[in-house]
Amino acid sequence: MIELENVTKYYGDFPAVTDISFRVERGEVLGFLGPNGAGKTTTMKIVTGFIPPSSGKVTIAGYDVVSDSLEARKHIGYLPETVPLYTDMSVEEYLTFMGTIRGMERKKLNSRISDVIEVCRLEEYQSSHISKLSKGFRQRVGIAQAILHEPDVLILDEPTIGIDPIQIIETRQLIKDLAGDHTVIISTHILPEVSMLCQRVIIIHEGEIVAVDKPDNLGTRLRGSERVELELNAPVKEATKAIKSLEDVVSVSTTDSEKDNSTCLLIDTVTGSNARANIASTVVNKGWDLLTIKPIGMTLEEIFVSLTTNEETVQ
Amino acid sequence: MKNTWAITVKECRAYFTTPTAYIIGAMFLVLTGIFFVNDVTSPFAEAGVRGFTNWASFFTLFLAPLLTMRLLSEEQKLGTLELLLTAPVRDWEVVLGKYLAALSLYGATLALTLYYVVLLYWFGDPDTGPIYSAYFGVLLHGSAALAIGLMASSLTGNQIISAVVATATLLTLSFIDQVAELVDGIGQDILLSLSMNDHLLDFRRGIIDTSNVVYFISITAIFIFLTIRFLETRRWR
Repeated sequence: MIELENVTKYYGDFPAVTDISFRVERGEVLGFLGPNGAGKTTTMKIVTGFIPPSSGKVTIAGYDVVSDSLEARKHIGYLPETVPLYTDMSVEEYLTFMGTIRGMERKKLNSRISDVIEVCRLEEYQSSHISKLSKGFRQRVGIAQAILHEPDVLILDEPTIGIDPIQIIETRQLIKDLAGDHTVIISTHILPEVSMLCQRVIIIHEGEIVAVDKPDNLGTRLRGSERVELELNAPVKEATKAIKSLEDVVSVSTTDSEKDNSTCLLIDTVTGSNARANIASTVVNKGWDLLTIKPIGMTLEEIFVSLTTNEETVQ
Repeated sequence: MKNTWAITVKECRAYFTTPTAYIIGAMFLVLTGIFFVNDVTSPFAEAGVRGFTNWASFFTLFLAPLLTMRLLSEEQKLGTLELLLTAPVRDWEVVLGKYLAALSLYGATLALTLYYVVLLYWFGDPDTGPIYSAYFGVLLHGSAALAIGLMASSLTGNQIISAVVATATLLTLSFIDQVAELVDGIGQDILLSLSMNDHLLDFRRGIIDTSNVVYFISITAIFIFLTIRFLETRRWR
């Protein structure tokens, strides 16, 4: 649905993005993750055709965004980072205008406006002036205009920035609901958002892609091992020794968190091995009380820091 | 064309939801009204519009930029240009839509001054021909001024700068005939042929000369074209 081939963009001599290629399939939600200034917004602007790439090619639904721009644009719903709206219009007037310039028929447009007003929960504000709306509601109006014409592709640039926590949750739910019908690219620097919403994540740093994977896979891939957290009633030294001697166990460490009478261990095991079952049976056979055993993935924060500070680990 | 119309309607509405239209319209009417009264009450009063249409064109140099400064500057400042230009709308449709909105408002304001003409017919016996040509001249001059103003607003996100650039350009183009008097030969001819004031003279005398019409239409077309180009080059920066 969306395809980028070797896209590079220079602002003067400064390379904002360098040689970016990726594909997004129909119905997929892709997270575009990176620190501020990594090139996320530039990439979004290139994908929507607002600025052309210095080199490389972008196609949306088979249409080149530069040479076949008008056709490509018909398939896009776009929410820029700054949520630009005409503040002197009411919500309804604004949506009518946006629908009209996207070539929607009057009748269709009217029914779609009531739909999106309902979906984005703007009923009480439909005749309010946009200048009077709070940031959170403006964000909803922004999303409403992006989905108004039922585009195949939705491009949301930092859709949850600058709104309060409850509105963030609502906005995420809204995006989740939209995911099935639309192909979505979300850019963000908020990590949990990606694991919550996206099937696949691209991490970009200083204009280059440093990792592409499912949010869950990234952790194991980076660490090269599966980590298991074990909580049990046993003397620390003995337990550590017993588990270390097991097959497929790479390392064992104690955690700082002190719990009453129980010991917590973090165990790194060989990926894909049967180590967890072995650990459990060892603990039980020794007559210790097994309280918890669970695999822990790497949090996106860890992944992010490891990728953007020590890029060699990716390869 | 449907897109152009949608943009024209949106801009016209914006003129009236903000006080812009009322303020600029009132200023235009008050200023031209003063000079109309001045004309008809002078000791050698004539039943014509020559005097006040002359002033109407002069005030246009300052009022046209006020009408156009918002049109593209605000879109750039708010960032709404990004949504407008990523919608399936061509750049020229955006520019033309906005231009037509400004021209409609200008035309409507000018039409209100026809009230003076009604008064002339009521109390006097004016010569119809020069009235037509004078109004035609004001409208052509105004349409060129608006195109220059729109070009200026495509250059910057700052409305004040846009208005100043437009007024400066208009004043230069208008009074370049003063400079023409200082040079000789072909230089003088070139400067005179560029001067807006020089091309307005015939309209006030009741003459519609094709070269003057072509001059104003060319200025309008050139600056609308430049606006479209500047909008396109924004993307490449």
